[in-house]
Amino acid sequence: MDSLRRYESIVPDFSAFLEALTKPLPTTVRVNTIRATPERVKAAFEDEGIRVERRERIPTLLEVGTDKPGNTWPHVHGWIHGQEEVSTIPPRVLDPDPGGVVWEAAAAPGGKATQLAALMNDSGLVIANDDNLGRLSALRSNADRLGVSSMAVTNQDARNFSFDPLGIEAVDHALVDAPCTCEGTLRKNPDALSDAGAGASRNISSVQRDILIRAIKATRPGGKVVYSTCTFAPEENEAVVDAALEATETNVVDFESPLPAEPGVETWEGESYDPAVQKTKRYYPHQTDTGGFYVAKLEVAE
Amino acid sequence: MTEDEPENLSETFERVPSTAAERVVEGRPSRAEIIDYWVDRFGVPKDTFDGATFWEKGGGRIWVLNYELSGPISIEALGLPILRTRQEFWKPTTDAVRRFGAEATENVIHLEEPAARAFLAGEKQELPWDGDWGYLIVTHDIAGAADPIGVGRYTYGTLQSMLPKGRRREFEEGEGISK
Repeated sequence: MDSLRRYESIVPDFSAFLEALTKPLPTTVRVNTIRATPERVKAAFEDEGIRVERRERIPTLLEVGTDKPGNTWPHVHGWIHGQEEVSTIPPRVLDPDPGGVVWEAAAAPGGKATQLAALMNDSGLVIANDDNLGRLSALRSNADRLGVSSMAVTNQDARNFSFDPLGIEAVDHALVDAPCTCEGTLRKNPDALSDAGAGASRNISSVQRDILIRAIKATRPGGKVVYSTCTFAPEENEAVVDAALEATETNVVDFESPLPAEPGVETWEGESYDPAVQKTKRYYPHQTDTGGFYVAKLEVAE
Repeated sequence: MTEDEPENLSETFERVPSTAAERVVEGRPSRAEIIDYWVDRFGVPKDTFDGATFWEKGGGRIWVLNYELSGPISIEALGLPILRTRQEFWKPTTDAVRRFGAEATENVIHLEEPAARAFLAGEKQELPWDGDWGYLIVTHDIAGAADPIGVGRYTYGTLQSMLPKGRRREFEEGEGISK
């Protein structure tokens, strides 16, 4: 946990933050609304003798009383996908309309990409890209099991992604759930901090910036780009958004959050960022009872 | 087949023709034939695939995409695999009958729970069935209504589960007990 000490100045109630990170996460599943309703999934679990609670803040998320939701009939039928509550936020913030075209730059293993397809009522096109072929096979398996028929799966380096193979010139919206140091996943992955630290964050931030800039340039004027990470480091969050604002014609826009959040930080270790980053949001485990997350919503200038 | 004849490119998704009359690649099913298959064999609503496009990648592997693109497209996946067509009898995929088979009315065999679990485990079982032989949509009750589990092949009094190995499950004791 030592590598997290440097956040004491930006995280409110820091001791509660550290304590929350030691507690295991509740097991949650997202209802695949392409196939079923939350009511029907709840009934199916209860028929199997598995306790289910609706998470009040996100209607399609259920907390289940089993650590193996994959070994149940609702999973077989493609009615659910194991997904952490906070990780359902970025697609909800993007909130794409049915029939549109959305690019997800780093999509494997597909929790958010399949959620985007469900939000679009499985109508339109989700271009789910990842540079890792092994993780892409997990994405394809998830998409097929969930019955997604509106997805194109690509294997490219997102930083210089080409839409030529699809014959598409611009997308309506983009989601960059960036590769990151994953500090916020400590509650489900006790080794999450083994490679974390300021140096690791600075190293990965140039990749994050390049992917975000590519996503902004690929999005039509007026389209939305959501940038997210599961890490606390401002180097990977506000600094990346700040660099993208500098390099492109883009605005940060505010958004309603179903979970409590803190505003993005404007200054960090001697750096200061575009004040607009205060409209981005930081999710802390002791405030949300989830993992940690960062979400920014951008709008490409007309 | 001569060098000049169009053929299937195994790594490329190509749109199927609208009708058999517009067919260029030998053996490639048309959009009309694919829709007729689902409507005739399984009785799914005629509008099930309205707005969708159909693609072939490799010989006889058909995918459905709920979006309009022209192609050809060389990428990892495009839509949902729904059908294999280059054998004597066309075979729907497990994921497609789960996605599109809930409203099927023909060639649907409904299993009680023990038989449903045996089917999910990939087993062959003797079962009475007075309908057509061949590929059937296999359903069971979940949350008070029937929903497809996958595809079975019925011949000579037995139903063979066609679930691919990666889709088979055997629930442990205390799990997956539907009442």
